[in-house]
Amino acid sequence: MTLLDIKNLNLAMRSFEGETQILHGIDLVIERGEIWGMVGETGSGKSLTGLSVSRLIPAATGRYLAGSIHFEGRDLLTTDERAMRSLRGRRIGMIFQDPTTNLNPVFTIGTQLVDVALHAGHADPSILRLSSNASGRERKKAARRVAIEMLDKVGIPNAAARIDDYPHQFSGGMRQRVLIAMAMIGKPDLLIADEPTTALDVSVQAQILKLIHDLVAERNIGVLMITHNLGVVAQICSHVAVMYRGRILERGPVGDVLKRPAHAYTQALLNAIPTVHTKRGELRGIGDIMQEISR
Amino acid sequence: MSLDIRNVSKVFPGQRTGMFGRGEGFHALDDITLSVRKGSSFGLVGESGSGKTTLTRCILRLDTLSAGQILYDGTDMSSLSSTEIRRLRARLQIVFQDPYASLDPRMTIHDIVAEPLVIHRDILPMTARQRTDRVMELLLQVGLQAEHLFRYPHEFSGGQRQRIGIARALAVKPEFLILDEPTSALDVSVQADVLNLLHRLQQDLGLTYFFISHDLGVIRYICDDVAVIYRGKLVEQGPVESIFDNPQSDYTRMLLAAMPDPDPDRSPFRKVLSAD
Repeated sequence: MTLLDIKNLNLAMRSFEGETQILHGIDLVIERGEIWGMVGETGSGKSLTGLSVSRLIPAATGRYLAGSIHFEGRDLLTTDERAMRSLRGRRIGMIFQDPTTNLNPVFTIGTQLVDVALHAGHADPSILRLSSNASGRERKKAARRVAIEMLDKVGIPNAAARIDDYPHQFSGGMRQRVLIAMAMIGKPDLLIADEPTTALDVSVQAQILKLIHDLVAERNIGVLMITHNLGVVAQICSHVAVMYRGRILERGPVGDVLKRPAHAYTQALLNAIPTVHTKRGELRGIGDIMQEISR
Repeated sequence: MSLDIRNVSKVFPGQRTGMFGRGEGFHALDDITLSVRKGSSFGLVGESGSGKTTLTRCILRLDTLSAGQILYDGTDMSSLSSTEIRRLRARLQIVFQDPYASLDPRMTIHDIVAEPLVIHRDILPMTARQRTDRVMELLLQVGLQAEHLFRYPHEFSGGQRQRIGIARALAVKPEFLILDEPTSALDVSVQADVLNLLHRLQQDLGLTYFFISHDLGVIRYICDDVAVIYRGKLVEQGPVESIFDNPQSDYTRMLLAAMPDPDPDRSPFRKVLSAD
């Protein structure tokens, strides 16, 4: 069964100035084992697409005008909040951009991971490898064990000791690993990674990308990777969708789209990246090109 | 203006131990020697925590040095009086990383760009009318329009804000511009425009750039010389071509290898994926 199938998604958001349509008919299919890169400039709607899948668009301001999001055949847009909660952090994992603001500074890493493990274990006892009638103490013990295993897996050295550290005792790259561990504890089938490496140094970025890549290879999950960095897409993604002003302009396997872009906008994005081969004065901004296209 | 950084070290004092003792200090900069030629672009590359910002603060004399000298056109700032230091600062301006945090939200664009002119009015005496004319000239120079004059920062996009930051830095006609990651908060498409603007301004005004970045592509694009620092120590320095094409240190090689190339064929994972 198709893992994720977004059909004709139209989203409008309300603000002081009235309602504006943000997403205009997004179609996207993600199968297991695929890493989809979603690229676009600020305000192109890539993050809101990701948030729509995990149903985290605030109900007070966001309104779906049309469309559906099927996750393993179930329409998420008609799923109630209670059922969504058992999916989020369980079947659908999420990683966000800033590892500093997404960890609670007053609790240890362990407390936060154990919470997630207990929550996931509640929905599916097999995660804690316990029978359904295990006592609370057994559950907690098992959750801590799972948390340590997970930290170890994402490459935190000496995980059993460091689990009792607070977030400020970890570097930025290690915090991002903790967040990945947190997202992976529920053994998700779909991982939504919203700019997971933007706040990190290039050397740490390379490690995190390797980690995500290995998780996909090992568990055969699907990933929606939201980023503005085409370099990251070229490295890790199997497919890419290029977004502009709430629409997907172009999509396909990374090799095709980045090597032979069909849309002028994609070509323009590629031309705007200074690589080690770009000569001075060769870079082209995008403003002029998009004006020509829309004319 | 040429800049000579000679054997500069900066040690931050360590934690207090007992009443009089102190733990060992933290060596933020350790014996750094660099020179920036007049009219050239010098790139400083390093990861977070490497000492890039401390070095910038030392150049601007916002921090004192623990050892070494920084010479501006051959003069050591520590030998100057406070008036002379203020004069020197007018020739030495900075563009900050985050265009959302570095512009006062309550000031109009006119007031933001005119502020350095007010501060340095003893060097560049101007009437209010002349200042407005100068601000107008600057806005046009960085690719903004006259109609933007009395708007507020929130009305502008990230790229436009960075242009305002550049206009402000250029207001007092400096010779030396410190650019602290000026494009890392911007989209690639906007980054390209800002980089081209910086390149054009350098040609028109004969500026010297001290460009700080962790993006090696940007450094390669805009700089003539580059220095790589790691944990306060200088790893390598030289002309951009030789450092990029023929890096001598393992650290520089690692940085270059970690830089994500937008060509899918160069991906370290790609072989694995296609084998599936």
